[in-house]
Amino acid sequence: MTTTVETDLLTVSDLSVDFNGVPAVRGVDLRLRRGETLGIVGESGSGKSVTSLAILGLLPTTATVSGSVRLDGRELVGLPNRELAAIRGRKVAMVFQDPLSAFTPVYRIGDQIVEALRIHQDLDRPAARKRAAELLDLVGIPSPERALAGFPHEFSGGMRQRAMIAMAIANDPGILLADEPTTALDVTIQAQVLDVLRTAQRETGAALVLVSHDLGVIAGMADRVAVMYAGRVVETAGVDELFARPRHPYTLGLIGAVPRLDTGGGPLVPIPGGPPALATLPPGCPFAARCPLAEDRCRTEEPRLTGADGHLAACVRAEELAEHGPAPSEVYPVPTVPPAAVARPRDERESVLRVTGLAKTFPVLKGSVFKRKVGEVYAVDGVELDIRRGETLGLVGESGSGKSTTLFELLRLAEPEAGRIELLGQDTAHLDRSAVHRLRSDIQIVFQDPMASLDPRMPISDIVAEPLLAQGAARELIGRRVPELLRQVGLDAAHATRYPHQFSGGQRQRISIARALAVQPQLLVLDEPVSALDVSVQAGVLNLLQQLKAELGLAYLFVSHDLSVIRHLSDRVSVMYLGRTVESGAVNEVFERPRHPYTRALLSAVPLPDPAAERSRKRILLAGDPPSPTERPTGCPFRARCPVHTALPSDLRTRCEQEPPALAEAAPGRDHHAACHYPDA
Amino acid sequence: MTAVPPTVPPTAALIADGLPAPVPEEAAPAGRLRLVLGRMLASRGVLAGGAIVLLLFLLAFGGPLLTPWNYATPDYLAIRQSPSGQHWFGTNGLGQDVFAQTVRGLQKSLVIGLLVAFFSTVAASLVGACAGYFGGWTDRALTFLVDLMLVFPSFLIITIISPKLRGTGWIAFVALLAAFNWMITARVVRSMTRSLKEREFVRAAQFMGVRPLRIILRHILPNVASFLITDATIAVGAAVMSETALSYFGFGVRAPDVSLGTLLAAGTDQAPVFPWLFYFAAGLLVLFVLAINLIGDGLRDALDPTSEGTRPARKSRTPRSGK
Repeated sequence: MTTTVETDLLTVSDLSVDFNGVPAVRGVDLRLRRGETLGIVGESGSGKSVTSLAILGLLPTTATVSGSVRLDGRELVGLPNRELAAIRGRKVAMVFQDPLSAFTPVYRIGDQIVEALRIHQDLDRPAARKRAAELLDLVGIPSPERALAGFPHEFSGGMRQRAMIAMAIANDPGILLADEPTTALDVTIQAQVLDVLRTAQRETGAALVLVSHDLGVIAGMADRVAVMYAGRVVETAGVDELFARPRHPYTLGLIGAVPRLDTGGGPLVPIPGGPPALATLPPGCPFAARCPLAEDRCRTEEPRLTGADGHLAACVRAEELAEHGPAPSEVYPVPTVPPAAVARPRDERESVLRVTGLAKTFPVLKGSVFKRKVGEVYAVDGVELDIRRGETLGLVGESGSGKSTTLFELLRLAEPEAGRIELLGQDTAHLDRSAVHRLRSDIQIVFQDPMASLDPRMPISDIVAEPLLAQGAARELIGRRVPELLRQVGLDAAHATRYPHQFSGGQRQRISIARALAVQPQLLVLDEPVSALDVSVQAGVLNLLQQLKAELGLAYLFVSHDLSVIRHLSDRVSVMYLGRTVESGAVNEVFERPRHPYTRALLSAVPLPDPAAERSRKRILLAGDPPSPTERPTGCPFRARCPVHTALPSDLRTRCEQEPPALAEAAPGRDHHAACHYPDA
Repeated sequence: MTAVPPTVPPTAALIADGLPAPVPEEAAPAGRLRLVLGRMLASRGVLAGGAIVLLLFLLAFGGPLLTPWNYATPDYLAIRQSPSGQHWFGTNGLGQDVFAQTVRGLQKSLVIGLLVAFFSTVAASLVGACAGYFGGWTDRALTFLVDLMLVFPSFLIITIISPKLRGTGWIAFVALLAAFNWMITARVVRSMTRSLKEREFVRAAQFMGVRPLRIILRHILPNVASFLITDATIAVGAAVMSETALSYFGFGVRAPDVSLGTLLAAGTDQAPVFPWLFYFAAGLLVLFVLAINLIGDGLRDALDPTSEGTRPARKSRTPRSGK
């Protein structure tokens, strides 16, 4: 491969995309040099995916594309489909977000990679198959020969994304376009896939365009970053420069809005408002309505992307920002979190929820008419939780670790299959129906997807009133409470007659919170409450949760796969793996001195939105995927993937293989437990 | 990320996410019932449809007073006469006045059509939603009942039980028609309920302690309402026609009494030669079904808050408070 570093491989200039007259991308300029990684970061609706699709000419026919995309000096916009097809996959290859829908489900993985190879290269079938196996080996798929014969659904999410990358690099493309390649994956799997992407890039020498909403991923991967807002690039610079000295207030706000793993507590910096509707964009800077630094001139003319030495920003006050370099909290108004309503030390506070040895199995059934049980899924198999009044317990685990099952078991308020659930001192095993109904007002839940958890056919006044109605509250009380609740979560009470679809994602999540607070619960179960939200909006919701907790003395059970959010919001944390609690304790203890190897791997896999720190970190990559929960492993369930276990001398290993580790205190009296035989190894 | 224009109206996007809103003192916000009612009355289709149905009722019950002729008494001097000043809609082969017959038939058919559609939809939605929501043995028992009703030849059962019901009048007749009309709808409602039941807002309601029947009424049925309403409007027309078939068994409307169904059945073969025997009755039936459809569409749009986006003309009429 010839490498001429000086020339740009891909030049996008003034690219605009309209869908039926509604702009999605409004004049984007990008340059990609050979072998470099360009990160495109932005919130949903900022036009980042449309930009990457427009480069490949993959947009639907309703889209009107104008401007220019030059690949190696050749214009791609307006090229007939047949000629574009020769470029796609050969010179520019794409890695999609959802690898399940990017593979055809009815063909074997091998056949699909062979097809990709043979379209662009003159190879016979056996040679192509051999190359396909090499590619799968390169991306770290075990026993590649066998994997070739597998169907997409037989692969796990991480494995599918690896295969997708293998397919993308099959023809040695000059450019890899990765559109949110790890968004659908767990953190440990994300770390693996990002590693594979780096390997693929190193092997092929390709340039990488990485589209992501995750600043941490961008910080760890990119050489240069372009920040998109409302269909335009608002700032572009080298990654270190951008994170250290942002020149656009939006970038500054984004950096301040992300909760970080290495610093905990305190309010985040929310960017007020939401992204503008591109159909009705007012004149001037599209960010002016949300910008604390906006002046009159911002509202008349849209600033151009300008700047010196490769650091461009589309802001009239970029110079000022470059000169002073203020912290996000100095520019944006940050709400103050009132002092906690419950100030007594933890030991003196009464228990809100105590769970010991919780287990739940699902039968695996076979047969259509007469179902017989052929096995069991151990979804939850030994969960311990302890929440005191006014405290937040973060429950962390990857998908399949049994978090949701645990929640549903708690909320059922019935006798668990095994173990004991005590809510406010009452054992749920011995409750009659009316007691359960009364107890329901003490435990409320906020779901992950704010659209799905609100009935689309109900005005929000009825939605918020529902738990009150269920508890038989009087009409006057409901009429008084609803506006009060809406104001409490930062919404306009006059909007009570609107329907959920008229609100943005962050506002809908606030409605969910208002509904949960209606009956004045003691414990709020938050099931991934911010994972469907954009970073800037998420910060506002997290701040609200902190405020409410302090004001009302609530206890939270905060379930999340995002460790940074957990670190930010929680007092205590509990880590789950394969249905078991493997480590728990005070949040600073666990995050600073993790004792379980799984916790250590999890923590090291979380990308930090700080390029310098990100480069200097040592990463513990876990091998493979979590094992199937249908088998109950003997001994420690984590040992198959455990880096500590593999490093142990063989005489010590037998203990891991035979004896399941119990949760043990790190030191007498310290709030830190881990289920590992060798926590200090 | 999609290119679809955001559904959030600009006013909603302007409310700062995170800034406390101004605190006005206001009355309790309107509930769903009032909102739906308001939206319905704001729709032109509902008003037009409602007016037509009202006029049809007026015609059906006021019409006999306008004409000197009785629907049964023949006028032997005028047989198969085309419409004239004396016989407004003409006369039939026996010399009976078609106008008098049509308004008499309209009386029956309006009531039968509306009531049958109403009862069968209520039965279908309750049985279907209960089967889908509760699952388990309730589901099995109700599905079995539905299947049983579907495989039994309904006319056979009607012939068997009709002698016993003789003389009970039109209410029994409506009940029978409804009883054989709800099964397929119920099956569709059941499968829709099963997928709705997994949705988070239903889960949320369960965890809030809302009772199952309340969940069905407040969450499940409004979300299948679009289908139920469309189905009910079709059922109105179908009920009018199927009543003809029952008359054939000597049950329901029997000569010399008439309904729109029997008039149409008798007039169909004569339509090319004596159009007045067919087209007046047919026209009124079409008008009736059309009006019901207009009301149904309006009700469906009123229940579905997202429908206004596709009908920009109506947007200004929806209640918008605050701004």
